[in-house]
Amino acid sequence: MSLRGIFSPGPLPPAHLTRRRDFWLSIMGIMLLAGVLMGVERLAGGYWVHMTCLAAIYLVLAASYNLVNGVTGQFSLAPNAFVACGAYVTSLLTLTPAEKALSFILEPLVWPLSVIHLPLGLALIIAGLVTAVMAFGMGFTVFRVRGDYLAIVTLGLGEVIRVVANNAQSVTNGPLGLKGITYLTHNLWWTWGLAVAALFVLTRLAKSSYGLALKAIREDEGAAESMGINVFWHKMLAFTTDAFLEGMAGGLLAHLITTISPSLFTFFLTFNLLIIIVVGGLGSMTGAACAALLITFGGEWLRVVEEPMNILGLSIPGIPGMRMVIFSLLLMACMLFMRRGLMGKSEFSWRWLLACLSRRRGRP
Amino acid sequence: MDGAQLLQQIINGLTLGSLYALIAIGYTMVYGILRLINFAHGDVLMVGCYLAWFGAVQFGLPWWAALMGSMALTALLGVLIDQGAYRPLRSAPRISALITAIGVSFFLENLGLVVFGGRPKAFERPEIFNQLYQIGDLRVLSHSVWVPIITALVLAGLLWMIYRTRLGMAMRALSRDLVTVQLMGIDTNRVVAVTFALGSALAAAGGIFWAMKYPQINPLMGVLPGLKAFVAAVLGGIGNVVGAVLGGLMLGFGEIMLVALWPELAGYRDALAFVLLIGFLLFRPSGILGQELPS
Repeated sequence: MSLRGIFSPGPLPPAHLTRRRDFWLSIMGIMLLAGVLMGVERLAGGYWVHMTCLAAIYLVLAASYNLVNGVTGQFSLAPNAFVACGAYVTSLLTLTPAEKALSFILEPLVWPLSVIHLPLGLALIIAGLVTAVMAFGMGFTVFRVRGDYLAIVTLGLGEVIRVVANNAQSVTNGPLGLKGITYLTHNLWWTWGLAVAALFVLTRLAKSSYGLALKAIREDEGAAESMGINVFWHKMLAFTTDAFLEGMAGGLLAHLITTISPSLFTFFLTFNLLIIIVVGGLGSMTGAACAALLITFGGEWLRVVEEPMNILGLSIPGIPGMRMVIFSLLLMACMLFMRRGLMGKSEFSWRWLLACLSRRRGRP
Repeated sequence: MDGAQLLQQIINGLTLGSLYALIAIGYTMVYGILRLINFAHGDVLMVGCYLAWFGAVQFGLPWWAALMGSMALTALLGVLIDQGAYRPLRSAPRISALITAIGVSFFLENLGLVVFGGRPKAFERPEIFNQLYQIGDLRVLSHSVWVPIITALVLAGLLWMIYRTRLGMAMRALSRDLVTVQLMGIDTNRVVAVTFALGSALAAAGGIFWAMKYPQINPLMGVLPGLKAFVAAVLGGIGNVVGAVLGGLMLGFGEIMLVALWPELAGYRDALAFVLLIGFLLFRPSGILGQELPS
């Protein structure tokens, strides 16, 4: 059962009549979001700013991951590799040479990286490009296989990247990781700016002819190929777009938590993203976005179960680690009982929302 | 490297390879029948180790009783996982079952962290596996001698079961075509349950011998051996029990030799399995012994 089933809106007006209205509604939506963000920045404490930033980063990661897993139907398990790559490249470019010299105590950093110091915006774009190039290279091996073999190969590549990050000390500083990455003063605007841009690009891409081709590959690869779709290059397109956005989000993540090390980018990160896209509905960008917010803030709310509780005089000691047990159960329950997730394969649209509202008010 | 050292490394490789092989057998049997990567296999192994630890330390059982009890209980756990998580998804797209398997894996890991705690526990090596034989420069632990022997015995037993019993015949038939076999009046769910039980029991055994080698256990110990054992199963030709053992030995020898020949690459040891996997999938996707599968 999806949201659409619950709020069934009845017949929708034709799309071409409402394009201008939808444009202005979207602008208003973005302005509303900006207002909320301004409120969070002014009124809420550092903790809430941090969580809101994290939610935006997860939104970008999940929505772009969904492009490969949900829209194209290729079950990749490599996002932790992309995030790691983006985080490392951005941090290496934005750290000042003095800080790098301080961090790299076991082996000095290799030459060009040790003197480069770039502004964040440029560093993020370079990180995205480097990650996309890495994904392009990986794609040649990854898309030789399909289905669950693809899952294992991408999982293996994620593991290889982590092992490399642990061992290539003269570039990544090994297990010590990188410290002293600057915490941005206007982090909310960076992260949510990227989130809105990424969501815009991804929904447009999913609606374009390329997106239709990707969906065709998901439904039936052989049939898509026989209709003249170049399956390999379309998969590659999805994979590199995903990597570009995840690399940038990884860079922002590094600047949010200010310390990175290889142990941050394990399969655990991929697992979190997988829960988000499964809960949101594999194949729905807006579903992934909603689920990203839901899981990030819901996860914080669930901290209750890890704290000692006192219910009707019965005191229950806190159980650390219980949240992840609940999340794993959630993933299984989703697969067993609600395989379409929140949104299934459909997207949020203004005409759907308006139709719902007008039906609620009893108008035709 | 002189002769004694080489022999030493060969023995190390044989032990490690046999451990991978024991774990890989369970993977390959389940994949052969259901075409499902049982991600939770490594975590079932972890549960098996903890059960044996509880048996040996808390209840003071002798090691063989702890091993047998743990194998029996782990077999039950395997069947429960199949019935609860995988069976409802038999007719769903294969990716759904794979996602559920990842969920089960994380569930077991995190439940392990909650119930057993994150601190590693010491795992006693029983006396019989703790003898040190010294022949010239060669030092061999009796554990390294027993593990390959046990793996060989298990392999022989399994081959007998698969090729000489009715149950094995049903398994072989199932791996060809599940629906048709069902139509022929065979209780496929029972056969699948037996497969899960066998695979999980072998995972427990493999895990316990693994824990004896590095004498400690922790809730995340199953992840890496599990993944590598799956790679071993693919290298050997997935669905093929002999292939799983060959793949396991190949991976074990490969890892030991990589570290022995190029000590400076020791840190990259954990990546070797995946590099081998990618190489194999590119040039010989069906593995050493696998037949071409109809796609």
